[in-house]
Amino acid sequence: MPAFTTLTSRYAVLPVSDIDTDQIIPARFLKVTDKVGLGQKLFHDWRGATFVLDVPEAAGVQVLVAGDNFGCGSSREHAPWALCDWGLRAVVSTSFADIFKGNALKNGLLPIEVDADAHAELVAAPWQSVSIDLAAQTMTLPSGRAVTFPIDPFAKRCLLDGVDQLGYLLGFEDRIAAYEAGH
Amino acid sequence: MTATLFEKIWNQHVVAEEPDYPAVLYIDLHLVHEVTSPQAFSGLRARGIPVRRPDLTVATMDHSIPTLPRGLAVVDGEAEAQLAQLETNCTAYGIRLYARGSEGQGIVHVIGPERGFTQPGKTIVCGDSHTSTHGAFGALAFGIGTSEVEHVLATQCLLQHKPRTFEVRLDGALAPGVTAKDIILALIARIGVGGGTGYVLEYTGDAVRSLGMEGRMTVCNMSIEAGARAGMIAPDDTTFEYLAGREFAPKGPAWDAALDRWRALPTDPGAGYDRTVTIDVGALEPMITYGTNPGMGVGISAPVPDPASLSDASQRDALAKALRYMDLRPGVSLKGHKVDVVFIGSCTNSRLSDLRDAARVFNGRKVHAGTRVLVVPGSQEIKRQAESEGLDRVFKDAGAEWRDAGCSMCIAMNGDQLEPGQYAVSTSNRNFEGRQGKGGRTFLASPLTAAAAAVTGQISDVRELL
Repeated sequence: MPAFTTLTSRYAVLPVSDIDTDQIIPARFLKVTDKVGLGQKLFHDWRGATFVLDVPEAAGVQVLVAGDNFGCGSSREHAPWALCDWGLRAVVSTSFADIFKGNALKNGLLPIEVDADAHAELVAAPWQSVSIDLAAQTMTLPSGRAVTFPIDPFAKRCLLDGVDQLGYLLGFEDRIAAYEAGH
Repeated sequence: MTATLFEKIWNQHVVAEEPDYPAVLYIDLHLVHEVTSPQAFSGLRARGIPVRRPDLTVATMDHSIPTLPRGLAVVDGEAEAQLAQLETNCTAYGIRLYARGSEGQGIVHVIGPERGFTQPGKTIVCGDSHTSTHGAFGALAFGIGTSEVEHVLATQCLLQHKPRTFEVRLDGALAPGVTAKDIILALIARIGVGGGTGYVLEYTGDAVRSLGMEGRMTVCNMSIEAGARAGMIAPDDTTFEYLAGREFAPKGPAWDAALDRWRALPTDPGAGYDRTVTIDVGALEPMITYGTNPGMGVGISAPVPDPASLSDASQRDALAKALRYMDLRPGVSLKGHKVDVVFIGSCTNSRLSDLRDAARVFNGRKVHAGTRVLVVPGSQEIKRQAESEGLDRVFKDAGAEWRDAGCSMCIAMNGDQLEPGQYAVSTSNRNFEGRQGKGGRTFLASPLTAAAAAVTGQISDVRELL
């Protein structure tokens, strides 16, 4: 997993609430056995010359600002794979669906939860830059105001170090074996 | 100390819990299907790790397999390769697989209970959000991503933060023509598609006790559509009667011991929940969705809501966008709206009682001219049972297509799909844009309401046909 420490990037705004994972990547593109090239299918059925990720300003953008409850629906990890493959490193919303958030954190994609005020400020001024500091859990808005965001301490450590969670879990072998022996 | 059903199961499965770290939670049953597992197995191979407990792992093919007679080709080479990879992985690691053509094949959330793998008190996961279905047995069951599929294959454990608890109290008795599907659609309409985020729902109350296991599965299945981690129902005699004698249920003295454990699972009197909502199910009428998420639903007599009536700007925009996609006018009832396709199936509503409900409406009637109707049983076992009761004849005589088991048009990966612009009444769980085929438009409803649409060619109040 790529490490995430700091990031300064312009952002695209997709102010739609309840964006489900069927929109992020439609099911017909899930018949793959690897994770390669899914960025081409990202938001496939919404894409087109005027879609926010297809306009010229979107080149090089690494942050997406989206509406409330981003990533609801299916558990497909293809959603964060597609977002990452397109080149995104962070998604900003007022809330995220549980499974999506967990999947994103396991792929070096940072879900940044902000309050309605900060969100409105970003939505009102697309294509500006934000600066994200994961260690400090802050994001500096275009106005210069820094807002903090929550993140699970364990997921944060994994992101900062660029290590995946399975390594940690494998370290519990003895206790897992003991649990099994007792059941 | 009192505890809820969820807390009891959680506490029994914690392997380790360090401060500032998620708990290590042991998983009793890992269900696997073709779509979300290939990259997980590849990850294992890359690390040189075996599957820790193939005996606690069960696989099936459901998402992309054809539901036409099995001899027909899979939809495309990509799907074929994915199915072949599941077969290869299961053979290599010694995992039981219900493959194409096997008698036990079916939708993963249908065959788990049907075979008796799903049992009270178990922790159950699958790379599929509708794993919440299995909570109907008093299990803690939830969907996971592919990275977590790899974690469970490797360690039989998951890293989890403890969710909060949410009691959904269902009081009263259902009126004729109103079903478990209408209960869950009404709940999601009330609390919203994000209303359960961060919670495990426990359904309690008289109305839950009156539901059979299949209705309970329908309710728990769609808990994820409210954003909940899981949905659960405490086990009772209905649960035990369903499980007794099933292939992988405990037998003999082991059954008696299991019953003792299972009877201790229900939430203790006085145990508290973080949140509670109560629904009087006696006040419900058949539900139907009008929008592009499962929370956009109303009673069949009610008009489609008007975006102008909403004060919250983002909700207003979302509703307006949904109505544009659905090409529906606000303020008008959906009754009488033309229906092109009816889909009766999916892990939500493809079990025997669902098929019996639909057959009650079809019996002696014909599918409306110009309407296409697919009836897709959830498993090959259900298909055989339905045929032994003659339900297949009722469907076929009416002019419906009677298929083999699979996810089919719920997720439209196998070639069963809507054409752009078509309207479907579907017993599945998601009305997201394009979910049943690019440009397709979905109304979610119960098997009764779907069958009513099939024979009338339009959205209808099934109570007028019963």
